[in-house]
Amino acid sequence: MDDIAKQAVEAALAAGATYADARVMEIRTEAMSARNGITEALDREERAGVGVRVLIGSSWGFYAVPDIGSKAARRAGEQAAAVARASTRVAGKDLRLAPEKPVTGHWESDCREDPWSVGLAEKGDLLEGLTRTMLDHGADLAEASHHVWDTRKWLVSSEGTSVDQHIVETGALIQATAVAEGETQRRSFPGVRGQYGTRGWELIRELDLPGNAARIAEEARALLAADQCPSLDATDLILGSEQMGLQIHESVGHATELDRILGWEAAFAGTSWLELGMLGSLRFGSELMNVTADATLPGALGSFGYDDEGTPAHPVDIVKDGIWVGTLSGRDSAALAGIERSGGAVRADGFDRMPMVRMTNIGLLPGDDSLEAMIAATDDGIAMDTNRSWSIDDKRLNFQFGCEIGWEIKNGKRGRLLKNPTYTAISPQFWGSMDMLGNRDEWTFWGTPNCGKGQPQQIGHTGHPSVPARFRGVRVGVRG
Amino acid sequence: MTTTERRRSMATADRDAARGLDLADHVVDLVRARAPDAEVEVSVRRGSEALTRFATGFIHQNVASEINHVLIRVAVDDGRNASTSVDGPADDESLGRAIDGVLEAARVRPPDPDWPGLAPRGDAPAVDHWDEATAAATPDERASRVREFVDAADGLETAGFCSTTVVRLAFANSAGQRLTGRGTAAILDGIARTPTADGSGRQGSLRLADLDGRVIGDRAARKARDASEPTDLEPGRYEVVLEPDCVANILSFLLVAGFNGKAVEEGRSFARVGEVQFDRSIVLREDVTDPATIGIPFDIEGTPKQPLDLVRDGITSALLHTRRTAKAARTFSTGHAVEGGSSWGALGANLVVEPGRKSTDELVAGVERGVLVTDFWYTRILDPKTQVVTGLTRNGVWLIEDGRIVRPVTNLRFTQSFLDALGPGAVRGISADQALLLGGWDSIYLVPSLHLASWHFTGGARG
Repeated sequence: MDDIAKQAVEAALAAGATYADARVMEIRTEAMSARNGITEALDREERAGVGVRVLIGSSWGFYAVPDIGSKAARRAGEQAAAVARASTRVAGKDLRLAPEKPVTGHWESDCREDPWSVGLAEKGDLLEGLTRTMLDHGADLAEASHHVWDTRKWLVSSEGTSVDQHIVETGALIQATAVAEGETQRRSFPGVRGQYGTRGWELIRELDLPGNAARIAEEARALLAADQCPSLDATDLILGSEQMGLQIHESVGHATELDRILGWEAAFAGTSWLELGMLGSLRFGSELMNVTADATLPGALGSFGYDDEGTPAHPVDIVKDGIWVGTLSGRDSAALAGIERSGGAVRADGFDRMPMVRMTNIGLLPGDDSLEAMIAATDDGIAMDTNRSWSIDDKRLNFQFGCEIGWEIKNGKRGRLLKNPTYTAISPQFWGSMDMLGNRDEWTFWGTPNCGKGQPQQIGHTGHPSVPARFRGVRVGVRG
Repeated sequence: MTTTERRRSMATADRDAARGLDLADHVVDLVRARAPDAEVEVSVRRGSEALTRFATGFIHQNVASEINHVLIRVAVDDGRNASTSVDGPADDESLGRAIDGVLEAARVRPPDPDWPGLAPRGDAPAVDHWDEATAAATPDERASRVREFVDAADGLETAGFCSTTVVRLAFANSAGQRLTGRGTAAILDGIARTPTADGSGRQGSLRLADLDGRVIGDRAARKARDASEPTDLEPGRYEVVLEPDCVANILSFLLVAGFNGKAVEEGRSFARVGEVQFDRSIVLREDVTDPATIGIPFDIEGTPKQPLDLVRDGITSALLHTRRTAKAARTFSTGHAVEGGSSWGALGANLVVEPGRKSTDELVAGVERGVLVTDFWYTRILDPKTQVVTGLTRNGVWLIEDGRIVRPVTNLRFTQSFLDALGPGAVRGISADQALLLGGWDSIYLVPSLHLASWHFTGGARG
């Protein structure tokens, strides 16, 4: 396949490209879902094609064909050059790419149990059985699903890079919904998006879905009778690690994407409240806050060997001791921003999409406390977990998030159940108020398989190492 | 099916669509050769997508891709069903491998008592939302509209995109249903930016020639300048005039979690057919035949899209169905199944809110004290049944007093029941002008501006 990619690059160079790279991709997916005891959908997908990216002057062009033959690959290279030439009608300043040593190599994710070797009957029995358990324990609507992505890609660039990767991603989700007049309550496990990683079927076995199905159904039913989360202008807030994963994704991950900071996403995803002049000095959060973007974490959903520009995966400090020190970047954005090396964070969701800055595994390094220690140290507060709703402004500054479940904390003890818990804050004040952080025993690599960004929109797979944390003086219980 | 019948059904399709139908028929035959009793449906989608994206005054992403997508769904013994799709070479080897896999998958599943069977024969509405020039549009044509937009902003920073999409869809199933459709779409959508505010301009059409970059860019620039130097507004309940982008956003929630037959079946929907749930002035239609809309007149299951009233004179009048949700509700599919949408249910495709008689300016003139909002942003539902949604304003917000715009205000967060906002007595005016907004092939909105009696802003940009 690398030969097909080479031919595409050669065709692009012959058509006038000053730089070109081509990705050949073969992707297989499987998605199965069950609802109320019956397998509702079993969808498989096979995708194969070539995408070529071409630079002429300061102008990019990209063209993709759903074909992996020589003729189609050469056509893609030529057409990508024609698209880049059209871009020169509205050209920018001279664009160079941050230097990166050409590499050759192979990388594949760790997969102990090939998900394709597990029989469909076993998979179906698992999902249907989980939904029946949830129905038996109070759910009105019980849903279970798994998803597998199996991606092989070959990247060749005009600078001499030639790498190939085989990445297997697997994950699952169960959800129980209880319905009453004028109200629904839902509980999800392991998180609202399930749990996903660059792993095989062993991940799903380790989740212990059967051991949690009854519990979440009972919790969904109990939430119907629970008290509303009170509306308070300021209280102590303890977030579980799943909600913290979402909190990191939305208010740290997207805010530190360099393409947003440069204004490239201004019309759609938005910009960022961060300005490059603040890099290295801005206080983003409390001294407990240490965030890295690290695509080398074994098994995490945002892991890979090389990004889609061929930059080898490497860890990047994003926030250190509460100070903003790094960004998520690619070769063009890094060069424009005056950053020495690409952060290796450029990926596309298929052969037919142009690579762009995406989160890798962006997450918190653990602290010293346990969740139980946070509760014990809180006189008056609220604990929440499992994301239910998420809304944040186009600068990633003003957010309002809701969770599936909450508990009142009084005198160091977990008290009554609370439903519809929400909290709202401004990002740096919120992170600045973090005074307790979960320890390494609670460090979880949450996987988000559905991060939307770009036009045409691409769905990214991102990882979020996370721990529970406590925040002081947060507004909770916002209602319409 | 006889050769004569095949020719007749192809009469309105172009040659490319006919080739798609030939492939769909061929795939049906390949499946039946392996499993003579299998039910099978095949969609073949071909075409292209191209999008020219600009920011900070230059084209920074410019993409185009060809599409060759084959979707196959099979059902064997007692409704055991599975689906597969192939994006790539549609040769017999690739298709045969996919078919073997999907038949194997279907056979190991348990019987599906809710399997609704295949769509019967039936004609789709006679629409052809197609423009030959748009189908042949070049990267230069898209770039020239970007050039116009950027120039019209007259020095302001700009960002946005110009896109063209071409779809040729062919459908065949083993029950004898065979359909072809085609469509084009073009969008120019962007913002202009001052140091303190953004303003937006956008237009969608089936014709690229309808999009004038100078007009749309000028609109964005005027909004940005008018919205500049905003000051804070105290959160609270205000009258609002919501421009079309906001209205489309509201509808997207009402559709997925409301008029969707699956949401009703599961008890998650507010919708109660026959009851007054909206203001008497609201008429909401689902209508692919409206000459101002775009799209294909049948769904992924091969069911023709039925024009129908979802809300008439404030009364919830109908729900949207796939074949599966229709079976559960003992009714007929309305033709609103989408690919990969079995967990979502039926989704609206061509939504039309009937216009009123006033201009948007006249709606503003009718406001005692309220807020004019250009766009919504990052709306998320807190409770589907009450339709309480939180989100933010974007791209131009102004305070209105005594019918006049008095000053721009900073963006606001709202937490508001969309159902209450459109409820009986809550709608004070509907504009005569409508905008065509494209949220993808499955959500196309032809909507006016609305003047609403109350909207709950729960926070400002600073918290």
